[in-house]
Amino acid sequence: MTYSDLSYWDIGTAALLLCINAGLSIYYQLGVAKRLLIAAMRMVVQLTLVGLVLKALFATVSPWLTLLCALAMIAFAGREAMARQDRTFVGFWGYGLGTLSMLMAAGVVTLFAMTTQFHADPWYDPRYAIPVLGMILGNTMSGVSLALDRLLSDADNGRAKIEARLALGQSFRTAMREPLKGAMRAGLIPTVNGMAAAGLVSLPGMMTGQILAGVDPVEAVKYQLLIMFLIAGGTALGVFCAVMLALNRITDPRQRLRLDRLQLP
Amino acid sequence: MLNIDQLSRAILQPISLRFPDGCCIVVRGASGSGKSLMLRAIADLDPSTGQVSLDGIDRNEMPAHEWRRRVTYVAADSGWWLERVGEHFEAPDIAAGYLVRLGFHGDVMAWPVTRLSTGERQRLALLRAMVQNPRVLLLDEPTSALDPEATAKVESVLHEKIAAGVIVIMVTHDAAQAKRMSKRRYQMKDGALSEESA
Repeated sequence: MTYSDLSYWDIGTAALLLCINAGLSIYYQLGVAKRLLIAAMRMVVQLTLVGLVLKALFATVSPWLTLLCALAMIAFAGREAMARQDRTFVGFWGYGLGTLSMLMAAGVVTLFAMTTQFHADPWYDPRYAIPVLGMILGNTMSGVSLALDRLLSDADNGRAKIEARLALGQSFRTAMREPLKGAMRAGLIPTVNGMAAAGLVSLPGMMTGQILAGVDPVEAVKYQLLIMFLIAGGTALGVFCAVMLALNRITDPRQRLRLDRLQLP
Repeated sequence: MLNIDQLSRAILQPISLRFPDGCCIVVRGASGSGKSLMLRAIADLDPSTGQVSLDGIDRNEMPAHEWRRRVTYVAADSGWWLERVGEHFEAPDIAAGYLVRLGFHGDVMAWPVTRLSTGERQRLALLRAMVQNPRVLLLDEPTSALDPEATAKVESVLHEKIAAGVIVIMVTHDAAQAKRMSKRRYQMKDGALSEESA
């Protein structure tokens, strides 16, 4: 079995579905038509450009260009993670906290995968490194933004509870135990659910892609398992880093609750 | 002995006060004049400048949570973070001894927090702080949600604590209560604290 090239006509007909959705939205005045179309346009433009960039990148196999590309992806992920939070830190940490956690988590996991499981030559071959980083980063980004959003809104909304505990002489770590647990859970649940439902409810995207491209399903499953473990590890590491950094940043050496360091978007 | 020296923060002008053991002062003043800010600054819940020390030990010489265990702030509507009332108390059995004196009947410790009225929450929040035996109680309108009968009960327990050496700094709107509680009465106006003339 081989994979068949898609024509632009094939893609265009698939996009028709979206136009039907937009039509329904306009008819029922749901107000999502514009956002739907803008998001679709963004996707088309972004993916087309990425396709071209990747083609050039894969042709050169330069370590520096690969690194540059990876850093750019992390920088975008940081911005996207911040945009998904209701509250962020003021100043550098608003952007820096999520970005640093992702740099750390996705970077470590990608390096680990590239130097051990993927036998690429050279080890940084962008044909492997960039898609792997992308998959890990996409999931880590969701986890980090969910966890931070939860932690910061729980801290803000739960101010009376937290300060009552601080006032009674509990340590900041103790006073934040429930918000901390909630944030960790919020960040990790999508990954846990994804692993639990894999294969039963949905075929993961990467595996589907490989099968469509003609790969033996058993081989595709092996790749998917590897990726899922990398994703789960990366997300857990990223969520942990982000929550710990945020916990540090929302207090000070006198264990106060420093909500003055938060801002609404 | 609680010693406050040039304590200051945003809105609040520098405050210097000395409190011997078993002393109670009351602070009155309009909403937003800085009364709560002052109590929070003493408890080190908000950043402030100046020195605060207890029995000659500066608050910065101990971890913040140990300071707050000795110098405990009780907000007017304090938070509850667990399901049941009793779970919030460090020593529920000691607290149980005060329940009847504060006007409670039955097993309030087993109640879910949501069952409490505002006034019940207020009395229990005070009790929760009190049974941890702090040296200083910073009380922010501790009887604002109470009827005269319950207020008298709270005051009687507080008088007993003060007689036992606890230092109480109390914010209240009630002039009659201020007179009942202390001879040292202060006014807070636009962040400036001044002693009331008799």
